[in-house]
Amino acid sequence: MSDSRRNFLLKSFSASSAAWLTANWPAQVAAAQKAQALGAFTFFSRAQAADVDAMAAQIYPTTDTPGAKEAQVIYFIDLALVTFAQDKQEIYTQGLTDLATKTGGKPLGSMPAADQIALLTSIEKTPFFRTVRDHTIMGMFSSPQHGGNFQKVGWKQIGFDDSLNFRAPFGAYDKA
Amino acid sequence: MKTFNPSEDVDFVVIGSGAAGGVMAKQLALAGFSVVVLEQGGWGAYGHEQDYTKDELSNRFPTEQDALISNPKKHRNTFRRNVNEKAVAGTHNYGCVVGGGTVTYGASSWRHLPYEFDEASRFGTMAGTGIADWPLSYAELEPYYTQAEWEIGISGPNLKTPLIAPMSKPYPCPPLPLKSSGALMMKAAAKLNLTVTPNVAAIITEPMNGRSACINCGMCSGYGCQVKARSSSAVALLPFAVATGNCEIRVNSYVREINVDASGKATGVTYFDKADNNREVFQKAKCVVLCANGTESPRLLLMSKSNRFPQGLANSSGLVGKYLMAGNGGGAGGLFSDPLNEYKGCVTGAAVLSYVPNDVKGRGWYGGGRMTARGQQSPMQYGLAGPRNAPSWGAGYKKALIEQANRKLTMVNFISQLPLETNTVDLDPDVKDAWGLPALRITSTSHENDIKAIRFFIDKSVEILKAAGATEVWADQVNDSRGGSHARGTCRMGNDPKSSVANKYHRAHDVPNLFIIDGSSFVTGGRNHPTMTISALAYRCADHLVKAAKTGNVTI
Repeated sequence: MSDSRRNFLLKSFSASSAAWLTANWPAQVAAAQKAQALGAFTFFSRAQAADVDAMAAQIYPTTDTPGAKEAQVIYFIDLALVTFAQDKQEIYTQGLTDLATKTGGKPLGSMPAADQIALLTSIEKTPFFRTVRDHTIMGMFSSPQHGGNFQKVGWKQIGFDDSLNFRAPFGAYDKA
Repeated sequence: MKTFNPSEDVDFVVIGSGAAGGVMAKQLALAGFSVVVLEQGGWGAYGHEQDYTKDELSNRFPTEQDALISNPKKHRNTFRRNVNEKAVAGTHNYGCVVGGGTVTYGASSWRHLPYEFDEASRFGTMAGTGIADWPLSYAELEPYYTQAEWEIGISGPNLKTPLIAPMSKPYPCPPLPLKSSGALMMKAAAKLNLTVTPNVAAIITEPMNGRSACINCGMCSGYGCQVKARSSSAVALLPFAVATGNCEIRVNSYVREINVDASGKATGVTYFDKADNNREVFQKAKCVVLCANGTESPRLLLMSKSNRFPQGLANSSGLVGKYLMAGNGGGAGGLFSDPLNEYKGCVTGAAVLSYVPNDVKGRGWYGGGRMTARGQQSPMQYGLAGPRNAPSWGAGYKKALIEQANRKLTMVNFISQLPLETNTVDLDPDVKDAWGLPALRITSTSHENDIKAIRFFIDKSVEILKAAGATEVWADQVNDSRGGSHARGTCRMGNDPKSSVANKYHRAHDVPNLFIIDGSSFVTGGRNHPTMTISALAYRCADHLVKAAKTGNVTI
């Protein structure tokens, strides 16, 4: 088992019943389910996934609370790139090639954290970084059915209750 | 649902199924007339509303058949500040589904005040503006506001104050919860002596006509309502039209021209059937009712050029598309020490009414506005926008995002805007939409008076948020409008065919069997909450049309 293989959690797709994805991209979702059940990816190669995973981990780091890694954002992005975000594939392919040039081909995640942050800061204005940033946040805070926000870790952090059925009072100031 | 053959000469074809089109379809069909409603969008979840998504991601990236709002990449539009500029790609959009904008709107439902119907007589005109009286008074429209509120389903407080229009009957439902945003407004009101009320909304708070009361799900503005509590045309009006057996709603029907004969009467409309490879279809009709919204109605008239009407249909005045009031806002935001949880419940909790009336001497500008307090942000939207005074990623971002979650409150204001002849909707000469039709072009710069108004409301918002106890307050930049779903004024009503497009019953001065009812009918803009007035105007127009048509003559 390679390092990068061990770094990824095995993805259970049982929660992924997203009607919107399966209705519109059935083949892609089926392929992703098959691949991710084996710890593999649909769009990314293993090495690419490791780099994007490392980027996401700096964008939304693990602190005293879970970060992008624990939320399994990488699976959200991999699925997004073969479904609703297909138009962003080229940005990733080119961006990862450019990133490899900057790291000298080393996996981003193998570098010291400070070096990773410095490198990412140097590219933070690029369309590639901005796209990964937005996708990371979307993977943190969209419904778990899309592959990220594993066990609602993102929602819990920002106090979002997805019951979709509430009675007033809602907050601290409208309590009677 | 009854269906008609396009070659059948139906009594009425209604273009658009939103706030106005829904009322027209229902009233005309109930009176026994045959009606075809042409809607360029799809069905949405009409009749199976429980299937509307509450999933933020799929709502943000809808597939074409699930979209509820027009897509500016296909419904291409352009924008420029003035005629000397080259228009650039615009972001203007509007509801595009059976029910139109009422399927996804915030649902604020304020009546116009009596003094918003005769501003020229009451206050005089202002050089360089098109301030004029409406050809009808508040008293004439009042019974139709009441009818609309009770038939559509409006919730709101019952107050007697000169800050709201006098009502002959209270609202059918009590108001929605005040929310924490509203409670904070009340706190500020006590200090600053303001009048604050729960919002008036087209969202029912008690079961009505087989529809459920609002369950405060929070995925509200921008989403379809799963429990039919939002009183959209698609649940409150159109099902009643269809149930008569006299009305067909035809979706994916994008009208490109209103056709006329040699005598200048409308004969029907030509549309693209978007679901059938954009096949062109001609629907014959005795009378055409145009309810396509404040930007699309004038555009369609301008596209309907003929030998008889070379500058566009109903445009002998040259005023089709002019006097656009796209809608001004501007306010402030604040953070509070404890969670407001504004993501629960509908978007608007409370409204500040104190600055609705004019006070030219006191403020140095003409007009007024209604202020609202809100803080609704769904999780992804909150994360993408990011916290205040923090980096856009990394540990600092995460820390601030978690700390500030649910603590933000925004003052969003609805401000008067003067009608100017230079603010227009027209056809872009260079850009086409995805169907090959000339793109909608918006040209708009607000009058200096209105920029002062925006500044006033930004300053007031800061003052109110501070009085409410915000720990941090920031003011919006002054942003002049660029388009949006509150477009008004572009086919103004009036008694004089030289200075208006349609008469007091919405009949086009130039075309005896063409009626125009939507935001475009407005003469002056009110306080930028147009929907309730659109509904009331439609009920009044329908009342007239039914009476006239029953005597066999819609041209009265």
